[in-house]
Amino acid sequence: MKKLLTIFFLVLSLSVMAQEKIPVTESDYSNNSVEMADQLRADGKIYVLVGIIGIIFAGITVYLISTERKISKLEKSVSTK
Amino acid sequence: MRQSWWKILAIALLIYTLTAGLLMDVPRLPILNETIRPLHFHVTMWFGMILMLMVSVYYSIKYLRSNDLNHDDMAIEFTNAAILFGVLGIVTGMLWAKFTWGDYWSGDPKQNASAIGLLMYFAYLILRNSLTDMQQRARIGAIYNIFAFAAFIPLIFVLPRLTDSLHPGNGGNPGFNAYDLDSKLRMVFYPAIIGWTLLGAWIATVRVRMRRVERTLEDKMINS
Repeated sequence: MKKLLTIFFLVLSLSVMAQEKIPVTESDYSNNSVEMADQLRADGKIYVLVGIIGIIFAGITVYLISTERKISKLEKSVSTK
Repeated sequence: MRQSWWKILAIALLIYTLTAGLLMDVPRLPILNETIRPLHFHVTMWFGMILMLMVSVYYSIKYLRSNDLNHDDMAIEFTNAAILFGVLGIVTGMLWAKFTWGDYWSGDPKQNASAIGLLMYFAYLILRNSLTDMQQRARIGAIYNIFAFAAFIPLIFVLPRLTDSLHPGNGGNPGFNAYDLDSKLRMVFYPAIIGWTLLGAWIATVRVRMRRVERTLEDKMINS
């Protein structure tokens, strides 16, 4: 019982700590005072960036898959020997 | 490919992370500006690292109970992938810190602690490589791994919170304190954790299979 109470109060104190946080509100999404990459978005170039990163990720994925295929072949040849 | 559904899931989640993580609306916060987005890339590296280290510890314990080298393969390769994530995490963190905290390395408690943690795991690799007997290497490695994990968690989760830290959830850094309360960021953040962790697990399992093929070949050479 004592243990349970201790855990309970610990959990309680965690949420008290969370009160110190500054919540993100809707105004944080709509304000214009903070500079963001709006220009990049407006000119559409951000999609180029997403494309480039996407291609790099695709390349790494294909490489990983082909490595896995090679190992599968090796596993087969080892077990049939 | 055997049992590939979780690999497809990993690719899908990461494509979602890359597109939504770069394009979705984020809170417009001072100092952070667009650099709030590394939440889906830098922070997830550490989450992935911890999850993979947990898997590694699980297999280390399994090894100690069974003395089966197959469990040791899993332990070492998951640690390897976790270390890769940790190094990527610390390097991306330094770049992020340069533009938000003003310096690559500001001696922040969490920065220092994660550097110590990484050094512990480098020592783990060196310790393993210095032992030639397979069973001895696996046993000592497993014990070290369990103790390293037990030291790593307080190092990066508990100790930095006891002092002032630049990292959110610890000391000052007003703009970012609430990132885990914001539901829009969570929509990318949680899938990103799962995606990156699965990618790490994928890399780890591929290398585990490589290790096992190597051992089978070695056994055949010795026995033939």
